[in-house]
Formats: sequence, C-alpha cells, structure tokens
Amino acid sequence: MTNFKYMKILIPIKRVNDYNVKVRPNQANTDVDLTNVKMAINPFCEIAVEEAIRLKEAGKADEIVVITIGDDKHQEQLRTALALGADRAILVKSDKTVQPLEVAKVLSKIYEQEKPDLVIMGKVGIDGDHNQTGQMFAALTGLPQATFASEVNIDGSKVVVTREIDGGLETLSAELPAVVTTDLRLNEPRYASLPNIMKAKRKPLEEMSIESLGVSVDDKVVTMKVESPPERQEGVKVETVDQLVDKLRNEAKVL
Amino acid sequence: MRTLVLAEHNSTNLSAATLCVVEAAKKIGGEIDIMLVSDAASSVVEEAKTVDGVTKVVHFSDPRFKNELAEDVSACVVSIADDYDYFLASSSTSGKNNLPRVAAELDIQQISEVIEVIDGKTFKKPIYAGSCISTVQSNQDKNALTIRTTSFDKAPTGSGNATVEEKSAVESNSRKTGFVKNELTVSDRPELTAADIVISGGRGMQNGENFALLEAVAGKLNAAVGASRAAVDSGFVPNDYQVGQTGKSVAPNLYIAVGISGAIQHLAGMKDSKTIVAINKDEEAPIFKVADYGLVADLFEALPDLESKI
Repeated sequence: MTNFKYMKILIPIKRVNDYNVKVRPNQANTDVDLTNVKMAINPFCEIAVEEAIRLKEAGKADEIVVITIGDDKHQEQLRTALALGADRAILVKSDKTVQPLEVAKVLSKIYEQEKPDLVIMGKVGIDGDHNQTGQMFAALTGLPQATFASEVNIDGSKVVVTREIDGGLETLSAELPAVVTTDLRLNEPRYASLPNIMKAKRKPLEEMSIESLGVSVDDKVVTMKVESPPERQEGVKVETVDQLVDKLRNEAKVL
Repeated sequence: MRTLVLAEHNSTNLSAATLCVVEAAKKIGGEIDIMLVSDAASSVVEEAKTVDGVTKVVHFSDPRFKNELAEDVSACVVSIADDYDYFLASSSTSGKNNLPRVAAELDIQQISEVIEVIDGKTFKKPIYAGSCISTVQSNQDKNALTIRTTSFDKAPTGSGNATVEEKSAVESNSRKTGFVKNELTVSDRPELTAADIVISGGRGMQNGENFALLEAVAGKLNAAVGASRAAVDSGFVPNDYQVGQTGKSVAPNLYIAVGISGAIQHLAGMKDSKTIVAINKDEEAPIFKVADYGLVADLFEALPDLESKI
C-alpha cells in the first residue's frame, strides 16, 4: 500500500455518561444529576476512533490525533482513545460546558493548526442529543461533509461515504480534507488491551486553554429546567388474541 | 417576525414532516415562508402553495440540486437569511444534515429536536435519549430549530394560497461533494414516520424471514413495519426500519411491538404513540410497562392468529 502523501486524521471525542446508565434530573430540576455516574467516551465517538485505527491499520492513514474540550477529568477519555490506538491527544481546557457551535469554533482553530486530511467524529452525543457539531465544523471551515456514515473508503484524494438516510442509503464522494460523522453500523469498536493502556500513559497529551484559541463560551442558549418525561400508565394484560382485537376495536377504537 | 421552513420532498410530494414543521412555526407566530430546493420546476411548489398558514414559497431550482447536498441547501438559505428570524427544519436525516450547517454560517446555536414551543424563545426538547426533558431559552435574535415532527400535528393543505418566488441557483463556494448513488428501500407500505399504525419486530423474531409474519399483519392494517435496534443489529432488516433513539421517532395511533423487550433506546422512539400493544413471551419484559395492552404469548402463534382476526 503506497501513500501518496502523509495522511493525518483528527478525531474529536466527547466525555458523556456511560450509555447503560439512566440519567435523571437533579432534585432542583435545574440540570441532570451526574453525581457518581460512570463516564465514558460517547459511543459514536468511539466508532470514529475505531474507524481511524482501521484506516491506519490498512495503511491508509499515518497519524491519528484525538481532541476533546473540558476539565482535567477529560484526560481519562483521551487516554482511553490513546490506548485504543490514537497517536497523540489534545485537551482544550474549559471549566464551562461548551455548546455545539462553540465546539465547532474550537475545532476550526485546531484544524488550522493541525491541518488534518480527514476529520471523523460521532454524529451525536448521547447526552445533549444535538447532532450538530460535525455539520457546524464543516460550515465554519468550508469543508465538504458526509454525515451518518455506515461505510468509509479512502479513494486517492477522495473519501467515499455511504450514509444512512431515512429512506435507505446514500453514497457521496467528498474531496479531502473532509468531515465525516459516524452512524452506529460503521464498525464495532475494539476494547483496549492492558499493555496498550500502559503504553498510552506515555503517549503525548498536549493541553491548552479555550481562551488561548480565542473562543468565548457564552450563553446563546440556556437551560431553564430539566424534568422527567411524563410517565405512561401501565395498561392491562389480555389473555388471548381475541381479547386483544376486541379491546383495540371497542375500547381503544384504533382498528 | 418571519420564519423560513426548509421543505422536504421526493420531487413529487411535499413530505408530511414539513407540514408538521409548519404547524410548529405557527406556534412561534408571525409570517411563515416555505423554502424548496429542487432540480427543476416542480409540482411540489404547487402543493406547498396550498399549505395552510404559508405566505410565500421560495423555490431554488437548478439541475445540480437534484440530491440536495447540504453544502448547496445551506448556501441557498444563507442567501436569503437576512429576511428571516427563524429557520426551521424537521429532525429527519435531511434536516439534521442541513440545518446545523446553516446555523453555523449565521453564528446561531441551533436547538435540536424541539417537542414543544412555549414561546418564541423558549422550547422543550428531550435529552439523554428521552430520559429527561429540557426546557431551554434562547438569547439570540435569530434562531434555528429542528422539530421532532411526532410532537406536532400536520398543517392542513388545500386551503392556503401562498405566492411563489422563483430564485436562481446559489451554489456553495466550492463544490467538493459529489453524489454517487442512492439505495432506497422500496416498499408498498406507508412510510414509517407517517403511518397511522406501526408494527415492529425485535430480537424475538429470530430472523429476517420471520418478518413476513409482521408484513402479513401490516398488509391487512395498512401499517408500516419497523424494528428494534436489536433486530437491525442482528441483520434481520435494514437500518431504515429502526425505531428508537438512534433510529426514527414514531407516534402512530397504534404501535404494536412484537418480540421487543423494550430497551430505553427503543422506548425513546415510540412512547408517544397513542395506543401501544406489546406481544412478548417474557411477562417480565419492560415493554409491558408502557403498553396499554399486553399479551404474553408466543409470537409465532399470536401473529397468524391476529392476522386471521383483523
């Protein structure tokens, strides 16, 4: 496999609650309660990391840089990504929670510094459910975007991406550098091995402040209240299909 | 105050999702315009004109717009953005792909998956896979919202009489994305997010062939067929069947969950359905907690029985 040029992939990742944890509002209903909740790399970001590693293993990429924004605790997720196979990490430090537009602004600054050939990121964070950052980053940098990817192939100076859309699949071809966001079926991420976890401790992790990048964190959108959704009443059990059809016809009147 | 609704269509018809977005726009108030991007003069424009509550249909047409690439759609929106205070799209894969690109170009922090308009600045949206509902307030002059269509009625059509403004193409600065191909699922069934009745299968279906049992019931009820993530991950059916947090949100009059255990992930995509039926042989399955009618039974016996009795 010959590379025409050095290929660098940038992978932005997000620290979120472990996806198995059911998150609840806090007592004051001002935010969610994440006290003692296990945190992890957002599952869609994990898929992005895995895809980059596979491209590197296939000889189609040379360097994988992971980046996240947040406090010191975020080092944990960067180290996990390094243990999985990323080469180096960047932590942009911010004590305030950043929103997708601010993340996209930070990433476009990093993009100017790092000049990656491909940016792969999760399509959505399982916390805020925004599904915005990749598209916003593509807009700010003027890069082509291929969102919700279920297949990614590098073909010379292009990336060919199969996208999961509502009616089925769509395939796009985008000139590199490009932004790809991952859907669930792109791949199944690996687990980090113990030797690689040890090795990851020695890989470079660079820190910088969000202010040094000239990005301000403001309150364009503020959370006023967080509450549990209305509970559905548990219904009744029926014994037979006949009873079911009768209830649907005569009680619910939906048949 | 003016709202621009980004329309979705299949070159022949306006999507039902767009009608729900118009209804959400009415809750904000002010004038509502619909923007259409297509490759040619289109019958969709005629349909859009008749949507209740719409003042103007702005139509961008160019042969290169056939596949509505995000780069082109956002360039069109941005070209007329000065005239608008709100930019609304549905939270379909198309709306999710296009609107954040528009929002970033206009320096707007978008609000995604709006389920309730409280006032012009305050909205409700689900977070954490629907485990919580967040009320957010925007401090921005201009706003971009994707609308979860299952939370809004469809605006009536036929009664409106909007004007039409034909616009020449606005291209993205540099065309770096090309369309290669589509592989769309072909079905005689109604579209999943627009159907009155949805019948979905889960891991309990055991394989893809057994989905024929669901298809048979769906045929009689004119229902759409869906699936849980477990069924999609097991390769029983394609991903566009998936109902749930990572798939589609549906809210039909009747939702029948067959062989689906009821993971939070799945519930997030269907719990707003009006009537929910669960058929599962495991009486402890969490799906029964949200079902109006639960039937503890072997689905391989219950489905043919159900088909014969409806």
